[in-house]
Amino acid sequence: MEPLLKIENLTVGYDKVPVLQHVNLEIFDRDFLGVIGPNGGGKTTLLKAILGLLKPEEGQVLFRHDLRGRKKPIGYLPQVRHIDRKFPITVFDVVLSGSIMENTKRAKTEAKGRVDDLLREMGVADIRNKAIGELSGGQMQRVFLCRALLSDPKLLILDEPDTFVDNRFEGELYEKLRHLNEKIAIVLVSHDIGTISSHVKTIACVNNNLHYHPSNVISQEQLNGYNCPIQIISHGEIPHTILKHHQH
Amino acid sequence: MSAIIELFSYDFFQKALLAAVFASISCGIIGGYIVARRIVFISGGITHASFGGIGLAFFLGFNPLLGAVLFAVMSALGIQFFTKVAQIREDSSIAIWWSLGMALGIIFVFLTPGYTPNLMSYLFGNILTVTVAELWWMLLLNVVIISFFTFFFRNILYIAFDEEYAQTAGLPVAMFNYLTMILIALTVVLNIRVVGIILILSLLTIPQATANLFTKDFKRLLILSSVFAFIGTMAGMFISYFLNIPSGASIIFTLVIIFGGLKVIKSFL
Repeated sequence: MEPLLKIENLTVGYDKVPVLQHVNLEIFDRDFLGVIGPNGGGKTTLLKAILGLLKPEEGQVLFRHDLRGRKKPIGYLPQVRHIDRKFPITVFDVVLSGSIMENTKRAKTEAKGRVDDLLREMGVADIRNKAIGELSGGQMQRVFLCRALLSDPKLLILDEPDTFVDNRFEGELYEKLRHLNEKIAIVLVSHDIGTISSHVKTIACVNNNLHYHPSNVISQEQLNGYNCPIQIISHGEIPHTILKHHQH
Repeated sequence: MSAIIELFSYDFFQKALLAAVFASISCGIIGGYIVARRIVFISGGITHASFGGIGLAFFLGFNPLLGAVLFAVMSALGIQFFTKVAQIREDSSIAIWWSLGMALGIIFVFLTPGYTPNLMSYLFGNILTVTVAELWWMLLLNVVIISFFTFFFRNILYIAFDEEYAQTAGLPVAMFNYLTMILIALTVVLNIRVVGIILILSLLTIPQATANLFTKDFKRLLILSSVFAFIGTMAGMFISYFLNIPSGASIIFTLVIIFGGLKVIKSFL
């Protein structure tokens, strides 16, 4: 099976200072990849390279040939702390911006209808006309998830969707993602290792380079062998215990 | 009341009225974009840099607005270039262009032989002396701005709100940024005669702040900003005429009073 996305020998960074070096990764249909690693290790940089926001200094990010059109097959949920909450924009318009590259009249009209469907599915139809600044953290995440899904992506990329949300929404979110994952591939960045390992199928540890774990379980031996960044975040046994706890 | 009606029959006042309409629409829309995008101080830099062009025009003896356009567009692109390509911090880039333009303006005006009586009207504006040629240029600018914002409304909104997301979707973000920068530069320059270099930031920000009290919807904000800009400009013009005080300052003062009044009223509602 040809992968949805193939990253080959990718070196990428800012101002000629590489954050990621010689990274290889393949993402297949219906993958659910959790990306973990220390702050500054390159999690967001990896996402930006996949999204085409950063040009590789070496190597390449390649989409499957049927996904190389004008419209990118990616839905992206950025870290909400980067959003200007005082911007004069309504929830409806935020979600509709997911259809940014539609340029036929019909597609645009359809997109508007789909905005309301998505808001209803996400249980936030009532905030349709509210300003973005009036929302709670959980509502924000739902709205931006709607935006990411509007273009019917083949790959959903989420950058720390569990910040600023309450436990109830976190549960709903992962339930929603599990459901979505029946059709599309998901890449999820988080620093909450415990949460991530109980929901994802595979794990990538990113710390200047990338170690791919083909399951959601990472053993202590593997960590030692890879010098995996989890050790750097956790300084001890606790997260590993959590990981092992989910082994069954 | 009859004095006001009489005023409308004067040629200079009719021109000022048209100038007020054009200035309100262009500043309302462009200002709404600037405020939403938080690039007020880029606009301040462009505005003040244009003074260099006015000085150069005085020195070499050509139309000062042409000189202003030249410097405004140059500084708009210059700020973008300094920030994006040369990796200079944005606020520093702005300050460099801002002060360079003002400095060049002062040098050129100083080197210009003889007295330059018009200088005050560029610094502080005088809506009552706007010429027919200037009105045509303002009309053209309004047509361009309204068309641009109508045809590309969604693209402009999405880029302004979340530039990174627009880029991931594949919009030509850089091109839009340069185009809107040029429109900002042109708006600033063509409205210099109305309120002047020193005061133009107010037409780009105060009506928008007032409009923002009543709507959080981008399209409505642009329209409402133009409306408040027009109300403030007209009221300021009357006050200026009847009290015989400078029009630019009186317009700004009126805009602030309207904003303050509505803000207070709204906080009690």
